[in-house]
Formats: sequence, structure tokens, C-alpha cells
Amino acid sequence: MTSNSSQVTLGWPRWRRSWWYHATYYAQTWRGSVASTVLFPIFYLAAMGVGVGHLVSKHTGLVENQTFLHFIAPSLLATTTMQLGESESLWPVLAAVKWIRSYHAAAATPLEPEDILTGKLTWVLTRSFATGVVYTIVIWCFGALQSWWSLTLPFIGALIALAFAAPLVAFAANADSDASFTTIYRFAIVPMFLFSATFYPVSAYPGYLRPVVQLVPLYHGVALARSAAFGRGAFLPLLCHLAVLIAMAFAGVLWGRRTLRRRLVD
Amino acid sequence: MVPILEAIGLVKRFGDFTAVKEVSFAIERGESFGFLGPNGAGKTSTMRMISAVSQPSSGALTIFGLDPKTHGPEIRGRIGVVPQEDTLELELSVRLNLEMFGRYFDIPRNTLRERASELLEFTQLSDRADDKVDNLSGGMKRRLTIARALINRPELLILDEPTTGLDPQARHLLWERLYRLKREGVTLIITTHYMDEAEQLCDRLVVMDHGNFVAEGAPRELIASHSTREVVELRFSADSHADLHDRLTPFAQRVEVLPDRILLYVDEGDDTLREIHAAGIAPSSALVRRSSLEDVFLSLTGRTLVD
Repeated sequence: MTSNSSQVTLGWPRWRRSWWYHATYYAQTWRGSVASTVLFPIFYLAAMGVGVGHLVSKHTGLVENQTFLHFIAPSLLATTTMQLGESESLWPVLAAVKWIRSYHAAAATPLEPEDILTGKLTWVLTRSFATGVVYTIVIWCFGALQSWWSLTLPFIGALIALAFAAPLVAFAANADSDASFTTIYRFAIVPMFLFSATFYPVSAYPGYLRPVVQLVPLYHGVALARSAAFGRGAFLPLLCHLAVLIAMAFAGVLWGRRTLRRRLVD
Repeated sequence: MVPILEAIGLVKRFGDFTAVKEVSFAIERGESFGFLGPNGAGKTSTMRMISAVSQPSSGALTIFGLDPKTHGPEIRGRIGVVPQEDTLELELSVRLNLEMFGRYFDIPRNTLRERASELLEFTQLSDRADDKVDNLSGGMKRRLTIARALINRPELLILDEPTTGLDPQARHLLWERLYRLKREGVTLIITTHYMDEAEQLCDRLVVMDHGNFVAEGAPRELIASHSTREVVELRFSADSHADLHDRLTPFAQRVEVLPDRILLYVDEGDDTLREIHAAGIAPSSALVRRSSLEDVFLSLTGRTLVD
């Protein structure tokens, strides 16, 4: 849709300008969020890993041969990047298409709706990757990384954020009010945070529930992150986890291109 | 000369609803062209098509001689748009709003800094450059939106209801800035439902109603061809307006009865007023004024512009 239009300057794609807009906006308002990005994992791992972990170890010993702290540290990265993808997508996007209408303003410039979407999602990737780097360092400081594979954690975090952000951007671009957003948060995001084998392994569920847990999107992110942190995992399940996240991101992008175009230029 | 913008049989449909019904027009470079009509007349849909944002459902449209279907980004790079709502980033500073928007056009940062300063000067916002937009008055936000629309030095500036919601002083300041742009050779396209704004700013305009053009021409021509020279406005305290219609008909070329007043279309208002008084008709107040575009609209559609 955008290809046959000539570019005005430079060889750079136009979506870069939308990415830059988000980055500049963030640079103006980053202070609060950076502090929480660094402090939250420290507090969380201290409280849950060291505190609760102490109790868990006393009662049942190790979880999948790991201390509780080591077990939950990678899932913290997965749940945080999911929530980052969600928080960048629902309300900010509805504001941009309906309340502040900044995407409408952008659509009156050389940008096409697809450029606006790509800029947004690459920004989500950028921010979640940076968050992933911070978390990986914090987790490493807690001694919870056991493999060079853990260097892939920021990439996994970025993929998780994109897998959630893409469909949620598409959804928000289609929304008329934020009434449904709270529902999504309460009945999708929070339960995923709690039940995606985040705090205990899938084997803790009764047999009939395990396949259900494996259908939860975040479960695949948690599983990937955990494999990377421990440096172990079978090839086929890993491929499946990756495929689920990539499929979500891909479907979200296709859907978002349609909803955003309909919202902005029809 | 090739027109800067040409539309032939332009149609915009949304499902079953046709917002714009086969309108044709051409706008010359340097001209200021207006779309006058009440809310819901199809002005905004037309604006969105001619700013190369939304595609016409049918008809032919060229802007700068280019087809917006295939050259959308290139065309939009040469247009400035002032939308109905300000769409500014309220949490950011005035200056940053300009510079960030300028990056959408891929303008280098140094150029942007200079241009932002010039435009803040032009819109008299220099002393507010570092304030948060949230703290600006409505008129200042509107001026900032205009400054933002000029960041890419557009050849064509499209303004959708530029002064709606502004107080008279803010409106006049804004009009004055728009004159200056026009003098500098910028082509202006303006939608408004204020007839005084259209008369002030537009060389030529179309009157829109229900998605159609009902008249087209220079404000003066339209008044001359669709209304009389003067209008007598009468208000009555007690009498029923329906009765009065018949009694007043002999005194005027046309009589319009509105809920709050009666309009008599005449050539010499003062003479008519004397005759009415002589006939023993006693309005509680009377006013003689020149015909305006409001009267043109009333005569064409039977309705007033602003409800």
C-alpha cells in the first residue's frame, strides 16, 4: 500500500520517524519509569525470591532442581515485558486515535498508517529490549543465571512484549471506549501473570489442567525465558514456544494494519 | 495555469451514508478558498480527501498535479493541515510539539530548531516556548496548531474550522496571521460555519449542504446574486409571527420568519422601516444591516448556518 509512493529524503524508511516520535516522547517523561524499571526487579526478587523462597525451600526443597529465586527470576522478566507490551498499547493507542488524536495528526504528514504502526511496535521492541537488559543484569546480580544462553533474555523479552503489544494495539485502534480495557487487564493479563507457570512448574497443576496452561500465551514466554536462563530445554518445545509468540506478533501486525488504516484514513 | 487542486465528481461514502455527493471544484495557486456550511454538510469529509488522507469513494482528484492514490506521502509533505481538534501533545513543551512534528517530514534537526523559533515568533508564542501545552489558552493552542501545520513550509494550508470556540480577540489575531500567510503566497483552504469568517478570509467559496454544493463564487457575488442589498431585522414582543408574515410581505422582496426574529430582504432598509412604521406595525426592535453570507445560506436552504 505504501510502496508506490516516493520518499522525500534519505534512504531511511518512513516508520523510523514515528519510532523517533515515541522515543522523544519517552525521553521527556522517562524519569519515573526508569527508576521503577531498575528498582522493581530488585525489590521483587528480594521479597519473593529470597523471602518466600526461603519458606519454599524449607518445605519442599528445590523447584525443578532450582532454588525458588532462580526459578521465578526468568518468569519475572517474561511477565514484566508482557505488561510493558500491554501498557504501551491499550490506553496510549486509544488516546492517539480518539482522545488526543496524535495518530490522526501523524496521518496528515507523509506517514502512512502502516508507518505509524511499525514505528509504535519498533518502539515497544526498543523499550522492552532495554528493560530486558536491565532485568537480565539484575537477575545476574542475584546469581540466578546459569548459562550463556541467558544473553538471549533481552531478545526474548522484546519478543514477548511484541507478541502482546501487536494484537492489543490492533484491538485498541478499533475501540470506541476504554470500557473493555479493564476487562482485558483483569481477566487476561492478571490471570496470565498468576497462572502461566510463573511461580511454580506446570507439573504442580493436576493433569487435566496442564494442557490448558499450555494454551496460555504467556506460558510460552515464561518457558522460553526459563530455558534461556538455565541453558536447557528440548529443541521441539522451544521451537513451539517461539512459534506461538511469533504467530501472535504476526497476526497482531496484520490485524493492526487493517484497524489502524480504517481508523485513520477511511 | 494548472490549478493547485482539482476535483471532478468527488464522492465519499461511509457504508450507506453518502457524506459528499459528486462535487467538482478547482483551486488556483495563491487563492484562499472556503467551504461554508452547517455541521454535517460534508466539509470535513471533503477536507480529509483533499489533504490526501482519505481516499475518495469515486471521482478524480489531483493535488499539485499528482494523484493522492499513488503519491499520498509526497503530496502530504507539501500540505499543512490544521484539524478541527488541536491534537497537540499536552504534556510536552510548545517548542517540542513543533520540533517533534517536524521530524515526521524528515526535516533536519538544525533546520527545525530555526523554523520552530520563526514560527513561534509568527504565532506570538515565543515567550511560551518552554511551557507545557496543557497550560496554554484555547487561542494559543490554536495558534500552536497553525504553527505546527507550517513546520514543513507548506504550499497549501488546509484549515478545518480554524476559529471555532475562540473568543473574538483570539479570532481576529488568527485571521490576521492567515492574511499574512496569504500575502506570502500560501494557498488557503478553509472550512467554517461562520459567515463572517468566510467573508473575511475567502476569495472564493462554495456553500455546502447535505454533501452538495448549493452555490459557488466570491462572497460579494454570492450575496449579490442570492440576496438583496440590505436586510431589515425585526423583533416583536407579543404578536404571532405567522400573522406578521402576511402583513409584512408587501414591504419586501422576501420575508423569512425565524423563531426569534423576522428578516425582510430589501434594497433600502431605512425606507422600508419608515413604511412599516407608517403602516402602524410596531416591532419591539428593528435593525437595518447589509446582506451577508448567512442570508445567502438561508435563502438557498431555508435554514440558518449556526443552530
